[in-house]
Amino acid sequence: MLEITNLHAKVGDREILKGLTLSVKAGEVAAIMGPNGAGKSTLAHVLAGREGYEVTAGSATFEGADLLALEPNARAAAGLFLGFQYPVEIPGVSNLLFLRTALNAQRKLRGEAEISGAEFLKRVREESAVLGLDMEMLKRGVNVGFSGGEKKRNEAFQLGILQPKFALLDETDSGLDIDALRIVSEGINRFRSPERAVLLITHYQRLLDHVKPDVVHVLAGGRIVETGGPDLALRLEAQGYEGIAA
Amino acid sequence: MTALPTRKSEEWRYADLKAVEALWPPPPARLISIPAGQVREEVVRVTDGGIHDLRVELAPGARLALVILVQSGSYARVAVQARLKAGAHLDLGGILLGAGDATQEIVTDVRHDEPGADSRQRIRLVLDERATGNYLGRIAVARDAQQTDAEQSARALVLKRTATANLRPELEIFADDVKCAHGCTVGELDKAALFYLESRGIPRAEAQALLTRAFVADALSGLANSEALEVETGAWLGARA
Repeated sequence: MLEITNLHAKVGDREILKGLTLSVKAGEVAAIMGPNGAGKSTLAHVLAGREGYEVTAGSATFEGADLLALEPNARAAAGLFLGFQYPVEIPGVSNLLFLRTALNAQRKLRGEAEISGAEFLKRVREESAVLGLDMEMLKRGVNVGFSGGEKKRNEAFQLGILQPKFALLDETDSGLDIDALRIVSEGINRFRSPERAVLLITHYQRLLDHVKPDVVHVLAGGRIVETGGPDLALRLEAQGYEGIAA
Repeated sequence: MTALPTRKSEEWRYADLKAVEALWPPPPARLISIPAGQVREEVVRVTDGGIHDLRVELAPGARLALVILVQSGSYARVAVQARLKAGAHLDLGGILLGAGDATQEIVTDVRHDEPGADSRQRIRLVLDERATGNYLGRIAVARDAQQTDAEQSARALVLKRTATANLRPELEIFADDVKCAHGCTVGELDKAALFYLESRGIPRAEAQALLTRAFVADALSGLANSEALEVETGAWLGARA
């Protein structure tokens, strides 16, 4: 589904990704672990198309299409979703207006009809109930006045509403207490299906106790240096990243 | 105010004096007078330039929500002088939308003459291309106007770096038991917010329009029903994106 080959990217003058190769198949839940500064968040931002991240070599395709040639909104319409490590507060734009605008913009680009108000509200009620976000919060500005945990739950909520094909989740577990971690994990588990894929970027094993990955990749020094099964995450947790060749 | 103003006059420092000269002398001030205890809303729209003076008089306990919308292709100036008697309340929202080359100004002089009056000013400027937008805002609290609560917030959003914003607050306080809050900021669209919206599938132009609409919305919050003005400003902002 996602094929990344020999990807090099820099931020300013600093090369962060140095020949990263990674493949994620439909139906798969993959985890990327790695030490601070390895390039995990850079990878997420490059894939989502953030300004200021320059790809200097290599390729990334999503379902066969050149992902890097698309504008960020077109990547979203193609089915890519980035869960932010630090979700942004947007005063004056309500969560619901934002999501409905986003969903319809995606549908328009895909040549689909707009979602009806009733259908949208039905989705909103279902997802918000599961994630414990009340309607009053959703009428407020995007993430405005939300705690760290509520912001992450809101990311999981958006995932449920937008129903992308591929969830790229950047440190979704950071800043979550145990209950919030369980709730967000349930959101991710509900998202799992044979047609979809998840790429979890995380520092810790903790999230992987709740969302069992099929594959674990280790990112260090801007490259994937090791790939293994779920046991690799346990080994890293026990031994740290020091033994991994950068 | 019969002599043509010059650059030396603080109040006209950022004005387009050539345009002012052509418009001089300005028409007499329009009076908005609210009797004691009454409540009113006023919307002043300036879309074709000119110098507009407003005199606002709020009798004891009177309440006024005043919204000024300036969106002109040529030099425009709206100057408000407001006098507040005891316990009066003024809610003043200002939206200034600039594109092209024109200079536009909102000038406010809010005078708390007596105790216990509130004023709340929210001015939002959105400037594109080579437009200049000015806000000169003065709050004067008289010696015995205790328990004054005055708030002034002015924010300018510069869409292109070729545009200019001048914001100048001025507080003159002669009473000691007062609350006066003021803040001025000039900035560009929040890039992180823009990317967040784009990453969810909203095209850049639409994301910009959403953020700028949210930016000016504060200035309309004093009105019971601001829908018409939201549509009007939204159309302008949508066309800029």
